[in-house]
Parts: sequence; C-alpha cells; structure tokens
Amino acid sequence: MKEFAYSRANGVREALVMVAEQENGRFLGGGTNLVDLMKRGVEAPDLLVDVRSLPLAGVREDDDGDVVIGATTTNSDAAAHPEVRRRYPALSQAVLAGASGQLRNVATVAGNLLQRTRCAFFADLSTACNKRVPGSGCAALAGVHHNHAILGTSPSCVATNPSDMAVSLMLFDAVVHYETLDGEGEIPLSRFYRPVGDTPHVETALPAGALITSVRLPRATAGERSRYRKVRERASYAFATVSVAADLEVRAGRVHEVRIALGGVASHPWRARIAEEELRGGPAVPERFRAAAEAELAAARALPHNGYKVTLARNLIQSVLTEIAG
Amino acid sequence: MTDATRGAISLQVNGAEHRIDVDNRRTLLDALREDTGHTGPKKGCDFGQCGACTILVDGRRVVSCLTLAVAAQGSEITTVEGLAEKDELRPVQEAFVRLDGLQCGFCTPGQLCSAVGVLAEHAAGWPSAVTADVSPDCPHPPLDADEVRERMSGNLCRCGAYPSIVRAVLDAADERAEVAR
Ligand SMILES: Cc1cc2nc3c(=O)[nH]c(=O)nc-3n(C[C@H](O)[C@H](O)[C@H](O)COP(=O)(O)OP(=O)(O)OC[C@H]3O[C@@H](n4cnc5c(N)ncnc54)[C@H](O)[C@@H]3O)c2cc1C
Ligand code: FES
Ligand code: FES
Repeated sequence: MKEFAYSRANGVREALVMVAEQENGRFLGGGTNLVDLMKRGVEAPDLLVDVRSLPLAGVREDDDGDVVIGATTTNSDAAAHPEVRRRYPALSQAVLAGASGQLRNVATVAGNLLQRTRCAFFADLSTACNKRVPGSGCAALAGVHHNHAILGTSPSCVATNPSDMAVSLMLFDAVVHYETLDGEGEIPLSRFYRPVGDTPHVETALPAGALITSVRLPRATAGERSRYRKVRERASYAFATVSVAADLEVRAGRVHEVRIALGGVASHPWRARIAEEELRGGPAVPERFRAAAEAELAAARALPHNGYKVTLARNLIQSVLTEIAG
Repeated sequence: MTDATRGAISLQVNGAEHRIDVDNRRTLLDALREDTGHTGPKKGCDFGQCGACTILVDGRRVVSCLTLAVAAQGSEITTVEGLAEKDELRPVQEAFVRLDGLQCGFCTPGQLCSAVGVLAEHAAGWPSAVTADVSPDCPHPPLDADEVRERMSGNLCRCGAYPSIVRAVLDAADERAEVAR
C-alpha cells in the first residue's frame, strides 16, 4: 500500500478544501471498500479525509415529507430506521441483504453508492481492465465471467455494480445531494451512474471532488408493499447474482402503478422501464409479469457463461410481482 | 522532519489507554495484535470476508481489518479479551464453552464479539434479511435459529462448528430473555 496522509474534517467546506488541495485526495467513509482496494493497490490516494466526523449522519423527514438519509449514516442505521422500514421497506431489505452485520455497522450510505465493482479482474493488477487502466482491455470477456452483466454492456467492460442498496434507491427514484466548492447540487439516481460506453472508468455523474451530503427518498414513491429479493451463490454474505426490487399497486385486478429495478445485471442498478410500460393498465397476472420481464430482457446480451442470468432475472421479476400482487 | 503519513495516536482498548506510534497504513487489527498486545482478534482474510477480526467499536461489532488504526482514535474498543467482567464470563461466552461452540477456536474471538453485537442489535429491534416483515409496527421477531444464522453470517468457521455456535447464541438469548422476565 502506498503511504498516505490522514485528516478528519469537521465541516463540509473544510473537507472539500482538503481534498481539492491534494492531487489525489479522497474521502474516507467506513473504508470497507476503499481500504480493501488500497490493500490491493487498485486505489492509491495520497490523502484520506475522514468524513465520519462531519455532521451528516442521521435520517430525517423534510418539509415535503421526503425522507432524507445523511451521507455518513451507517448502512445499519439506515436499514433500522422506522420511517425507512415503514415507507420504503424494499430499501431496508436491500441494505440488510448486503455484506454482513459487521460491515453494515461501519459502511456509510455515500460509500455504498460509490463502491466499485467486484469483478475479479478489476481487483487484480496483473490483468487487463479498462475500468482500472483505461485502454488496457477487458480480461473478463474471455475469462471468468459467470457473474458479469447482461444488460447495457459494451465491448469495453462487462462488470456489474455490486450494490444492493442502490437497486432499491433506483426503485424509489432517490436523489443524490452533494456539495462542491462551487455550491450544492443534486442528481437523480437514474442519471447518477453513467452508461459504460468506451469509458467504463467514468462511473458516475458526480463532479470531481464533490462530497455526497445526503440521499433523498421522495414521498411520492413510498411503497409499503415494496420488496427486494436477492439470489446469490450462498444463502447470505455474498454479492447478488441477480436481485429485484419491485413495487406494484393493483386496482380492480389491473396494474395501476408498477416499478421494477434489477441488480447484478448491469454496470448500474437497472430500472426495468420497458417491463413497467408493458404492465401499466393491464391485468395483474403472472403470465403478464413474465411477458413484461421477457420484453425487458429482449435486449440482454449474454456472454458464454452468464446466460443463466437472463432466465433468472425473468423468473425473479415474475415471482416477486406475483408475491406483491398476492 | 514532520511526516504526515504517520504519527502518535491513542487507542482506548478494553478500558485502558494505549499510546502508540503508527504508520497511517496500519489497520486497527494489526495495531491491536502487534502494538497493543491484543491477539484475541484474528487475521483470517484481511479483506472483510471472514469475520475472524471482529471487535466492538463503541459497542457495535465491526471488522478490524478494514478499519484504519488512525480512524479508530477516540472510540471505545472492546476485543474478546475485554468481554468478561473480571473472571466472570458473559452468558454467551459461557454458552460457547458449555455447548462446544468451537473446534480449533481460531474463529471464536470474532464469533463471540459478533454474538454480543447480534444480541444487542436484536434487543434494539433491528430486523435482518430473513425477517419476514421489516415494518416497525410488527411485533419484535423472536431470535430463532434462522435469524441467528443470518445475523451471524459474517463470521465464517472453517471447522464447521456452526450448529453448536447457533445453539450457543440461542442459549445466551434465552438466558437474557429469562433475566428480563
Ligand atoms: C466482504 C464484503 C462483502 C460485501 N458484500 C456486499 C453485498 O452483498 N452487497 C453490497 O451492496 N455491498 C457489499 N459490500 C460492500 C459494502 O457495502 C461497501 O464496501 C460499503 O457500502 C462502502 O461504504 P464505506 O462507507 O465503507 O465506503 P468507503 O470504502 O469509505 O468509500 C467508498 C468510496 O466512496 C467514497 N466516499 C465515501 N463517502 C463519500 C462522500 N460522503 N462523498 C463522496 N465520496 C465518498 C470514497 O472516497 C470511496 O471512493 C461488501 C463488502 C465486503 C468487504
Ligand atoms: S480478517 Fe477481517 S474479516 Fe477476515
Ligand atoms: S472453530 Fe475452527 S474455524 Fe471455527
């Protein structure tokens, strides 16, 4: 690991200045992803600015009735918060389905959003990876890729975003709030993660040096029946192969409102808007759920070893919607 | 010469203060094992994947291998060495001994710290990934074997002592419920 300086910030502006003044300064949340990648040599900052001392932790309701989760709130505290559990249960479930109790106790909400892919080639300096070293190639295309992406991929990169939390945030149309030295800004999660294209190393639309301050859950998207279901290679403490966050409102046997987001299938949490469109207004029956899932997955491009994800995603969408319609 | 990449820090471990000189790269796990002499926390993987290094920081269970020692300044750290009150084992420690919650014992310090955290988290009403309904209006779900397995899933045991680990945690939970009654 390369040597680095460490500082604690007491104010947002102070934190922004400290990172701006250093060529390769980074914010440190719980460190569960950054320290891991520093040990592997994938990340090599010169300065870590610890943001857990900032007054950004906690969950509150704003004047519009939106739920605002502070950036340094731990994953555990976000999942356990009564308002999150009541109005956005799929978010609680997604967070609880991720990592382990020990990791969730230190991992922050902002750190979770910005965690990097678990593609083995990204973490292995001896292999080609366009995300780690732009232009070096992608070893996953011809390598071990049974857990790689099937949607929105490019010849440059087929890695997935590993976050469970972000899938449910995508479901609820969450908004990321940040601050830079130029002032405050916000980005809807639907535009937060950038398409892969030929720049897989550019992952988000967050301005350079920006500090995430909170994540806001709009009141209008709350869904008491929303659910998150994750399939993985062991029962717990493993990343998703495919996961689904969904919410559905049925009126007189017809789909009144539906929202679906997928994890483990793309470089970012995947909102299944084609399936949603197919379903709106139609009968809320399993055959229709399946047909809508198939319409969404028509664009899937499987690699030699991850074709099973197409079937898995279809079945999961059908099963979770059927369960909510129950 | 001043060097921003290392310095003197103070760690509060099991109620005692330790002043040590560390490189900022030092993990809390290495600082405990090599600088303050707390070899209870074990290094299984060094990447957050096994739970052998689990300790309590300000009462919450965390993995010490992904925490930097400098970032732990100002926190109350409890390692397995600090779980017992003098010679009196905690109920969960006593249950591990009585019910054989271990074979080689390498994972045990982490399992014990994690179990203490699990009992506190459950008592605080936190749901888990196997809790059927996470709504805060739902009655507090009992800590059954499925809940214990899920909540303890961040602690691997290469000896496969899982069945007796689950029994020991359930036993300690029962005892706590007994005391509360
Ligand atoms: C063994 C293991 C298993 C895991 N399993 C899962 C899983 O199943 N599902 C899942 O979703 N996740 C899983 N994770 C990942 C875990 O959720 C993330 O590591 C964690 O959420 C990152 O949060 P952090 O606060 O520790 O981030 P850090 O490591 O501190 O930071 C991550 C990134 O975010 C940046 N950052 C942090 N805070 C801010 C801020 N306020 N503003 C701007 N930038 C910021 C940092 O600079 C860094 O680039 C696992 C991790 C491990 C080690
Ligand atoms: S040594 Fe820390 S989790 Fe394995
Ligand atoms: S008792 Fe040997 S690893 Fe758990």
